[in-house]
Order: sequence, then structure tokens, then C-alpha cells
Amino acid sequence: VGLRAEEEVASMAFTLYSLIQTAILCTNAVAVLHEERFLSKIGWGVDQGVGGFGDDPGVKAQILNLIRSVRTVMRVPLIIVNSASIVLLLLFG
Amino acid sequence: MRLRNTSVDGPEGSQLFEDTSGPAAGSQTGYSNQPAGPQAAGFPAQSILSDPMSNLAMAYGSSLASQGREMVDKNLDRFIPISKLKYYFAVDTLYVGKKLGLLVFPYMHENWEVCYQQDTPVAPRFDVNAPDLYIPAMGFITYVLVAGLALGTQNKFSPELLGVQASSALVWLIMEVLAVLLSLYLVTVNTDLTTIDLLAFSGYKYVGMIIGVVAGLLFGRLAYYLSLLWCCVAIFVFMIRTLRLKLLSEAAAEGRLVRGTRNQLRMYLTMSIAAAQPIFMYWLTYHLIR
Repeated sequence: VGLRAEEEVASMAFTLYSLIQTAILCTNAVAVLHEERFLSKIGWGVDQGVGGFGDDPGVKAQILNLIRSVRTVMRVPLIIVNSASIVLLLLFG
Repeated sequence: MRLRNTSVDGPEGSQLFEDTSGPAAGSQTGYSNQPAGPQAAGFPAQSILSDPMSNLAMAYGSSLASQGREMVDKNLDRFIPISKLKYYFAVDTLYVGKKLGLLVFPYMHENWEVCYQQDTPVAPRFDVNAPDLYIPAMGFITYVLVAGLALGTQNKFSPELLGVQASSALVWLIMEVLAVLLSLYLVTVNTDLTTIDLLAFSGYKYVGMIIGVVAGLLFGRLAYYLSLLWCCVAIFVFMIRTLRLKLLSEAAAEGRLVRGTRNQLRMYLTMSIAAAQPIFMYWLTYHLIR
């Protein structure tokens, strides 16, 4: 009663395509965090991360490092991938 | 006498794939290379035509093929580390049996350390604690088939559903491995766990899921819940005991209480990785038993 078989399984089904979509959206979200306007205001700027020198950077420093490196490395590939997906969505819905 | 695989890479490759399940293992390796030589030389002699042009063409073609094969091997090895993958599939029947027993009943096993041999971990067939990819791969395929069977008993089966089940289970596996990798990076654990090791550990839960679903199909919902509960607890204990040695520092792994936020974080990380397994096991199978 209620959903048909395919709908019921498909409601929890993830395809590989949705994984790619999730990855693109998450990477976009991280790349959009602006350094001056946002991160410095909440105390997550580049200069506020690296505290001590030692073998224990801490979770916050690792997160800031990760955000900064995603922004630097993925900027150009994200432009390409986003343009491609916009064109594909326009053409094929 | 079986013909040995001639594309195995050097002495370490042949040691990975020696046949240890037969009685005369030592004497077989001595004979292995000799019959392969004369047989390989015998084949071209039988199939060469008398025309010299076709000799030339065949020699050229075979050299081109071997060049192409080398190039493919070299390039493929850059993306997928084939030689490292071979290590994870070097299993034999005894190891698989012992490992399956360990996954279902890890309470009696005492020594969880992985043996090393000159800086490299020993192949899984020699050490029951080493992770392998054979059981997770077979478990994944069996899970998809058993899920199809279970959906068939509910009259909900169609061939597309097999693909849907397979891809969604694969996606959850990939997301779990990525989440574990991310949290390992954030907590800066210095460990020798590779990505493939994490893939192997995440794939061990399929064994428990299959046992639960089969018990539920044979004996009803109560059997499904009971066997799933048993397998969940077993996987939880198995993961904790295996990861404890790899993630925690030496002192904490032996059970002594070590203070400090870093050790606490590592302990939380181990617990949450182990606790995620039962959650996934229930999430991926509850819709199969109605």
C-alpha cells in the first residue's frame, strides 16, 4: 500500500550521478567562502589558523588549511565543471 | 599441472600467488617455470605458416601487441595501483574461512596485530589480521543478489532494481570511505592505513548484512532482528579491536588511560567509525524484510 516497488526503493536510492552532483555542490560551497568578507570576520582567517609549531596542528587549523587549499586548487576546475553542467542542464533538462 | 600466469611481476608476484592449499606446495614451485618455457616456444612453431611474408607480419604484429600492452600497463598503473591491489587479493580458502569466523565471532581472538615482513605487511594468506579485498568484493555482489531475492519474495522485483540496489550501496560505501578519510585528515592521525584498507574495512559489514537478510528470509522477522543484532555487535567489536591498534597511540592501544585532547579525539573517532557500521547495516537492509 502506498508507494510502488520502484518508487519505494528509489526513494532511498542514490545513483552515482547524484554522488557527482553532491560532490560538485559541496566543492562549490567551500570555494565560495570569501577570505576577507567572511572568514576573517568569524575568526577563521588565514592568519588565525596556524598557531603553534609542533606536531599537533589541531582540528581548527586543519579545517582552515583545507578550506584554503580547496579554494586555491579547485578554482579553475570548478569553473570548467560548472560551465559544463550548466550547458548540459540547459540542453537536456 | 596448471600453467602458471606468465604476466606475474617478478619473484614477489609469484610468491603472492603460490598455491598453498595443495599438499605438495614446495615441489610444485620448482617445476612451475620449466613446463611453461617449452610450451610457450612450442605454440609459435605449430602455427607459423610457410609463407615468409606472413612470418614477418606475425612477428611485427606480436611486437606491436606487446608494446601496446606495456603502454597500457604503464598508464593504468598510474591511476589504479594494480600491484598494490594484487596484494589484497592474495587469499586462500583457509584465510577466508578464518576471517569469516572472526567477523561473526571476534571475542576469542587475542592477537590482533598485523605481522610485518621487512617493512611491508605480510600478504593476507599468511596473517589472518591483514585486511583483504576479496571478502568485501564477494560480499557486495552477494548482497546485491540476496537483495534481489528478498525483493522477489515481496513481489517487488524487477531487473532495474538490482542496478538501483547496487549503485546505492556503492554510493553509501564511497561516502563512508570519504567521510572516514576526511575525519582522519582533520584529527591528524599518523597511521599507515591506506584508502584501500579503509575500503576493505568498510566492506566487511556486508557479511553481517547477508547473514541477517538470509536468516530473515528463512525464518521470519524475529530471526532477522536477532541475527542482525548479533552481527552488528560482532562487527562493532571487530572494528574497535582492529582500529585500536592502528589509530591510537601505543599507550592507549594497550588499554592504559592516557589523558589529552588528542587521544580523546582519536578514541571518539575510533568509536564513531565502529558505530557507523551497525547503522549502515540496518539502513541498507531494513527495507528488504517486510
